[in-house]
Amino acid sequence: MEVDELVKRFGDFTAVDGVSFRVEPGELFGFLGPNGAGKTTTISVLCTLLHPTAGVARVAGHDVATESHQVRANIGLVFQELTLDDYLTAAQNLRFHGVMYGLPNAEITARMTELLDMVGLSDRADQQARLFSGGMKRRLEIARGLLHTPRVLFLDEPTIGLDPQTRVHIWEHVDNLRAREATTMFLTTHYMDEAERCDRIAIIDEGKVVAIDTPDALKASIGTDTVTIETADNVVARAEIAQHLGVEGEIRDDEGLRLRVPDGEAFVPRLFEKLTVGVRSVNVRRPSLDDVFIEYTGRDLRDAEAGTSERFRNNAMVRGFRRG
Amino acid sequence: MATTAEPRPVAPSAVALHREGWLARNARTVEMVARREIIRFTRMPARIVTGLAQPILFLVVLGAGIDSITGSSAAGGVDYQQYILPGVLAMSVLFSAFFSSVSIVWDREFGFMREMLVAPVSRTGLVLGKLLGSSLVAVGQGIILLVAAPIIGIDLTVLDFVAVFALMVLLAFSLTAFGILIASRMHRMESFQMVMSLVINPLLFLSGAIFPIDNLPGWLSVATRLNPVTYGVDPIRRVMIPGVDPLTISGWTVPIWFDVLVVLIVGVLCLTFAVRSFRRTE
Repeated sequence: MEVDELVKRFGDFTAVDGVSFRVEPGELFGFLGPNGAGKTTTISVLCTLLHPTAGVARVAGHDVATESHQVRANIGLVFQELTLDDYLTAAQNLRFHGVMYGLPNAEITARMTELLDMVGLSDRADQQARLFSGGMKRRLEIARGLLHTPRVLFLDEPTIGLDPQTRVHIWEHVDNLRAREATTMFLTTHYMDEAERCDRIAIIDEGKVVAIDTPDALKASIGTDTVTIETADNVVARAEIAQHLGVEGEIRDDEGLRLRVPDGEAFVPRLFEKLTVGVRSVNVRRPSLDDVFIEYTGRDLRDAEAGTSERFRNNAMVRGFRRG
Repeated sequence: MATTAEPRPVAPSAVALHREGWLARNARTVEMVARREIIRFTRMPARIVTGLAQPILFLVVLGAGIDSITGSSAAGGVDYQQYILPGVLAMSVLFSAFFSSVSIVWDREFGFMREMLVAPVSRTGLVLGKLLGSSLVAVGQGIILLVAAPIIGIDLTVLDFVAVFALMVLLAFSLTAFGILIASRMHRMESFQMVMSLVINPLLFLSGAIFPIDNLPGWLSVATRLNPVTYGVDPIRRVMIPGVDPLTISGWTVPIWFDVLVVLIVGVLCLTFAVRSFRRTE
């Protein structure tokens, strides 16, 4: 998948402003960004649901603007919202999909058996989808997205609104599928642990790609670890560190003395060399993807992507607190 | 600007696209989309009952009520309950067609439409499948009402039955195409209440389904002759009740072939615009 200077405008509003990236075959590629950053618009263009205003996007070797039919045949989609027919059984949903993608009946039957087994729904094949739990519906959608052996599978917030246990379960199935089918996956998510699973991540903000690399390289690019120490006298310790090591610490009531340094592990021995006050505990933390996200977009990953209802609930809680 | 793609192995799905001819592939799409409509219909018994409730109410209650004040031979030269049965059949088809457009907007709102729109199939195939499925459901719904015919004294020969069936298929095709056209322009479920009062009910009341339209005041008479449903009800009634007053336009007795032609043309026009409209929403 290659995206080159992709632009999508809606009237005066530029939703996607010159985005370029490349996804290698078999890669799990994460696409992160705050709400309104242009993620959904980019995906819609890549899935041929929207026409690009300018630039070129090729998915599975085909141009999304001029060869939409070939692109559609080679991609699978799992959307944020469920797109199953509740009144069809699991098997009927899959068969419908197979016919839409032009698979011969025998192949549909074979693939269906295999995939239902892979997502653990074999015994539910003849049950109507409306009787399924949220997690089961998701698994059925993932199976459906893979039925026609797409070269690229788009997963747009595939686990949104599911409980942690179900999310783990779904990811077990996704890992299993990746091991067996080597499908390229394009993922958007607001869960840190899911972003960590990606081979590479692109962070998009205000319609532009602001960072793109492996999760480790992105974290390293921030350049600072967080070292938190608790000493007998934090004020003295802070002064000593500033004097001897040239690092300005920050005293935090809840944690102790917090220091931001390029290489935390190498810093700790030097710290002990110079300090005269007793140290009770040391904690070295590498930057998380959340730190990376804050660095590039100025927003927290969870806050930035939390749905309106979630934000509303948070606000309501804060308000309740204040009043109480 | 475009970077050239490296040659990659062709995925099985890409092969599948070329394995079948264009026609065979579209035929399968149409069949599958239609089959989904029918499966959904059978899974929702409440919908079947609701679809039958109003026509039966008209036939049994309104029919008996009007008969009680007018006596026999009041409407178009026949007993009112007999007179209204063909109208009730048309009503049933009209409501089914309306429901099919509701279901399209429903699909759009609840996501399944997206599953269909991102598939590598032609929009025409999707629309034709929807049309076929919904028309069959509409005819099926109407056929159930036909059992009332002998009960209220209308005896149909096998040939009459086949003719009524064919005319209902034609009307179902035309009205469902009209329903799909409405759905292609409508994006919110809330708008349907409006469509029901401003489109569906006027089409029903101005069609001669419920009362004879021979002696109406001028402007009403014109409105009924402009209503395509009128041309669907008239031939069904003439087949079911020999000797009933036929549809006339300022004195000219409309031949049945003309009725059929009007319904057919309206259906084809609606279908053409519906397909065009769905193509544009790409």
